[in-house]
Amino acid sequence: MTDTPTPPAGAGPAAWTPPTRFAVPGRIAVSNRAAATWQRAVLTDIRRETPRAATFRFAVPRWAGHLPGQHLMLRLRAPDGYVAQRHYSIASPPDDLGHVELTLDHVDGGEVSGWFHTVAKPGDEVELRGPLSGFFAWPGDRPALLLGAGSGVVPLMSMVRHHRARNLAVPLRLLVSARGPEELVYASEYGAETTAVFTRDAPPGVPVGRLSAAQVERLLADGPDGGWEAYVCGSNGFAEHASRLLVGAGQPVDRIRIERFG
Amino acid sequence: MSVTRGFAGRPRVRNDGLPPGQYDAGDDWPVLSAEVTPELAPAQWTLTVDGLVAEPRTWTWDEAHALPPSAYEGDIHCVTSWSKFGVRFGGVSLDAFLELVRPAPEATHAVAYSHTGYTTNLPLADLTGGRAWIVWEYGDGPLPAEHGGPARLLVPHLYFWKSAKWIAGIRLLDHDEPGFWEQNGYHHRGNPWEEQRYSGD
Ligand SMILES: Cc1cc2nc3c(=O)[nH]c(=O)nc-3n(C[C@H](O)[C@H](O)[C@H](O)COP(=O)(O)OP(=O)(O)OC[C@H]3O[C@@H](n4cnc5c(N)ncnc54)[C@H](O)[C@@H]3O)c2cc1C
Repeated sequence: MTDTPTPPAGAGPAAWTPPTRFAVPGRIAVSNRAAATWQRAVLTDIRRETPRAATFRFAVPRWAGHLPGQHLMLRLRAPDGYVAQRHYSIASPPDDLGHVELTLDHVDGGEVSGWFHTVAKPGDEVELRGPLSGFFAWPGDRPALLLGAGSGVVPLMSMVRHHRARNLAVPLRLLVSARGPEELVYASEYGAETTAVFTRDAPPGVPVGRLSAAQVERLLADGPDGGWEAYVCGSNGFAEHASRLLVGAGQPVDRIRIERFG
Repeated sequence: MSVTRGFAGRPRVRNDGLPPGQYDAGDDWPVLSAEVTPELAPAQWTLTVDGLVAEPRTWTWDEAHALPPSAYEGDIHCVTSWSKFGVRFGGVSLDAFLELVRPAPEATHAVAYSHTGYTTNLPLADLTGGRAWIVWEYGDGPLPAEHGGPARLLVPHLYFWKSAKWIAGIRLLDHDEPGFWEQNGYHHRGNPWEEQRYSGD
């Protein structure tokens, strides 16, 4: 970007935004009270998605509700008071009242994901706070182009599920990248809105390779009038790759929202 | 809060440098920016300090490098729970810039903003007294673009979202004005030692 903001000097107390190509406002106002309050969540179900990922369903009776794309903070406590807390995207759609579902990769040596994948069973209790961050939220209003890799598809799946549950007419496309078919989470749930990209091995007839410029260009060319709101989620490597392709294909930077899992 | 059944956690390492709820990320340095990493060359980079100051001013890359060098060696803490120990950033103390623009007596807060348009608010007191820098070096090399290069703000005693990447300017105000994450539910100050993660903490 070459813009050099030169804001006028000595501006008064009126709210001020720098001249910019990314002052993307959050999509919704976030409830600060919900974000600050820890709530008990009871694990009710575990569903295997892939050899390395599973979905954990929780009953959270006082859950304030969320929008697709938001995440929460989760904490576990050891008997000596030691606490580990991590962020997780919400996989379930908002209409699943009183429940949230998270899909966790089993990270090698992972403190929190390791507990979920080796110890957790229905009936266990953890604590949550949220929903957090309105920035990546999608209320179901604007046409959305979703690009996710690995567990980065989790918040995007909440959007797809919401789109289906509400029968929304607004266009929605999902590009999901996985190493191979057996590592593709939610594989049985995708429909016509989804294109899967396989980076290491693919089913017969499907090319192997990274998400390409041509694929992104095609999605932009097929876009609705007024274009897409793009949501990118995954590792930093994927986020950099996908966002560069989007910019290269002409997607305005102020219509690209990125959630990096670090 | 109740104990989580069967959760032991990692072996406890006694570490007085670790704020509550944080863990040591070791060699990892996660990237968490919400926008596209800008391609910003040093020749295009500028820093403006204005607002409630006697002499608003804009520095080019070369002009900023002519100021006395200053480095931070220590720890950084991200609100997503990782901390990183023993890092080194090189640049110029923010005091050196502020001395030249001369803040007005009524200036109490600042908004730091990026070349991408990202904003974050800080009390002016958190930016003065040798606690904040404009940095362009990480370790012995240039600051990588995804970590805010060519130059970022560094305020290591607060959560790292306050250390705006791709820093473009600092505007001094007589009131607090929430920035990007602060409007998205994050705490206005973000002191890791008091675990000020979200608004209301
Ligand atoms: C906004 C957001 C949303 C996210 N959503 C999801 C999601 O939907 N699904 C998902 O699976 N993940 C998600 N993540 C990532 C998630 O927050 C965790 O980072 C992930 O689950 C790993 O946590 P862990 O405790 O299992 O691993 P950690 O214990 O944090 O370990 C991570 C890595 O660092 C190493 N490590 C870290 N600390 C130490 C230490 N002290 N000693 C030795 N090794 C160490 C581990 O060996 C491992 O390789 C999200 C992250 C963010 C920021």
